[in-house]
Amino acid sequence: MRDVVIIGTGQTPVGELWEKSLRHLAHDAIMPALADAGVERPDALYVGNMLSGQLVGQEHLGALIADFVGLRGIEAMKVEAACGSGAAALRVGLMAVASGMHDVVLVCGVEKMTDTLGDFTTSALATAADQEYEVSQGVSFVALNALLMRRYMYEYKVPKEDFAAFTINAHRNGANNPYAMFRSPITQKAYAQASMIADPINLMDSSPVCDGAACVVLASADLFRSRAKARILASAVATDSLAVHDRRNPLVLDAVAESSHRAYVQAQITPADIHFFEVHDAFSIMAALSLEAAGFAPCGAGVRLASEGEIAIGGRLPIATMGGLKARGHPVGATGIYQVVEAVQQLTGNAGANQVQGCSIGMTQNIGGSGATVITHILGAI
Amino acid sequence: MLKPDREVGIVGYGAYVPRFRLPASEVARVWGDTGGLPIKEKAVAGLDEDTVTMSIEAARNALARAAIAPEEIRAVWVGSESHPYAVKPSSTIVAEAIGAAPHIQAADLEFACKAGSEAIVMGIGLVGSGMGRYVLSIGMDTAQGRPGDALEFTAASGGAAFLLGPGAESLAVYEASLSHVTDTPDFWRRAYAHYPSHGHRFTGEPAYFEHTLSAAKGLMEEMGTQPGDYDYAVFHQPNTKFPQRAAQMLGFKPEQIKAGLLVPVIGNTYAGSSLIGLTAVLDEARPGQRIFMVSFGSGAGSDAFSLRVTDKIAERRDRAPLTKDYIARCKYVDYATYARYRHKLQMK
Repeated sequence: MRDVVIIGTGQTPVGELWEKSLRHLAHDAIMPALADAGVERPDALYVGNMLSGQLVGQEHLGALIADFVGLRGIEAMKVEAACGSGAAALRVGLMAVASGMHDVVLVCGVEKMTDTLGDFTTSALATAADQEYEVSQGVSFVALNALLMRRYMYEYKVPKEDFAAFTINAHRNGANNPYAMFRSPITQKAYAQASMIADPINLMDSSPVCDGAACVVLASADLFRSRAKARILASAVATDSLAVHDRRNPLVLDAVAESSHRAYVQAQITPADIHFFEVHDAFSIMAALSLEAAGFAPCGAGVRLASEGEIAIGGRLPIATMGGLKARGHPVGATGIYQVVEAVQQLTGNAGANQVQGCSIGMTQNIGGSGATVITHILGAI
Repeated sequence: MLKPDREVGIVGYGAYVPRFRLPASEVARVWGDTGGLPIKEKAVAGLDEDTVTMSIEAARNALARAAIAPEEIRAVWVGSESHPYAVKPSSTIVAEAIGAAPHIQAADLEFACKAGSEAIVMGIGLVGSGMGRYVLSIGMDTAQGRPGDALEFTAASGGAAFLLGPGAESLAVYEASLSHVTDTPDFWRRAYAHYPSHGHRFTGEPAYFEHTLSAAKGLMEEMGTQPGDYDYAVFHQPNTKFPQRAAQMLGFKPEQIKAGLLVPVIGNTYAGSSLIGLTAVLDEARPGQRIFMVSFGSGAGSDAFSLRVTDKIAERRDRAPLTKDYIARCKYVDYATYARYRHKLQMK
């Protein structure tokens, strides 16, 4: 297999982008990525997206977006793996280039979530859970995560206020990211006073519903060595049961463990070699469970990693370095690509005030559902 | 910027707020409170009240202050989103009841919460052109909120009537107005629907703030005025936070909006909301003071007005009940009584 590098990136600001349609968002991420890569016509376009069929009434995004950005005729298709759709599209693009079938491809994650009413969007998101055994009971994703968080607090005797460290870290980092949806730091007090959504998950535990698009250009390392911004050292997907109750232990994300493990093996590194981690902090409990299953903390100690400051820029393992899902935002099908774009910013020394000094290896992890699809990528500096 | 050839002003004004109050805590008791209460309490029309009866009350107050003969009125326009009839004007009933009919213009207006201020702009046009000496413009509502919807905390009953006439006879003169209107689907009620629908967060930035701020900035820019030139500012008030934030974004100080900010104690009276804020300001304004007012209606649009109070205010103010008299006249009801008074229980 051929080595694959990232030669261009692009991203739109994340937010309630009522003035932009789905295709315009994709366009606004793709054009700067192509310009950045110095590529006019890539071989293929892979679109990561979860909800366009439900929230925009539009499927068939591959051809739609390829045509709209002036690439009519190229290979194009949409890849879907719930909230992990972005990284899943990246994985497909990577396979296309690594296999030698293509030399240079575009991978764009795009999501439009704010043109519909909140309860409708929540229902659409719940299609990532098990319809027959979870959703039919009336649970939404917030409710599922609330069950996990409640159990975590009980099993490990962790007080709720300790979870604030994840949110405070994310907002502190988001404040310096011009593309982030939330650019204001928050305090422990603001966390404590946030509106409750599904006890114990409050507004500050939850990533926002938002719009956004991000794009990377992948290329063969041999053919595009001079333009390379970062190397892809590992790419791994693992799956678990959709339903939380079907898992061995709901508080252990087996797919995170398996996906991370496979990635470490591919990159020939251990968790200790990772300089920063773009974690899938859709809810603060997800960040804690991910840190544990990925091998950065023992079970029940993920929250402590946050509350002791290890996750901050300058800490032992900076996470959500540009705001994460909580502060940058979580436009679900685009999130996995935002994580990779931000990792490239870090590895090329372009992360501004949030720069992780001297970093050369970063990990991104994109999760579909409550942990049923977990896609890990490890990136290295050139 | 709109400025009539002949100076037009308010010759008489009148507020009306029904007696009953539903505390927001009572709505929260039944439906839950997820994000704090948007107001303290809202005014609720009684079983025998509707937009027509309340418009008549406010119109009589306006007539009492103006001390003109009702037969001199040349038009009666009622803005509301809760006209009792879908087809058959509220305005003819009001006109007949106060003795203004029959040789007049009469029509009902609908522009969500902006229908009342639109009636005022039309009145300025009719009087300013010389086609009529007096026009009665009313904004009044018995607003509907779907049980359990966020709007149920605030959807209230009440409003105000303004008798417009020649500037020389006025207690406050309209210096100019400017409107800002776009097709923005933030809030609507389809034909035959009992309750309105809304676009949740879409009702804020692209709707309320975009239109309120655009109209306000546009008028001040064309007039060459600044927030500091005004003694009072009144905004459409769907909740307590929105008008406070709009005022702050424009550069008005909290003391400038205090007198006209009634939403915490009467709720959002929709087409009557900014108009009754203006009556509360006129209740205390002194000659020479200037008032800035901006309405907002979903769908969407805003009318901004600049007014100057004249020395006629003093003699006319006490000829009718003050806005605060209506607010003080208050009887609390529980949710069950409210459900009965506002016909929330559909029997068939």
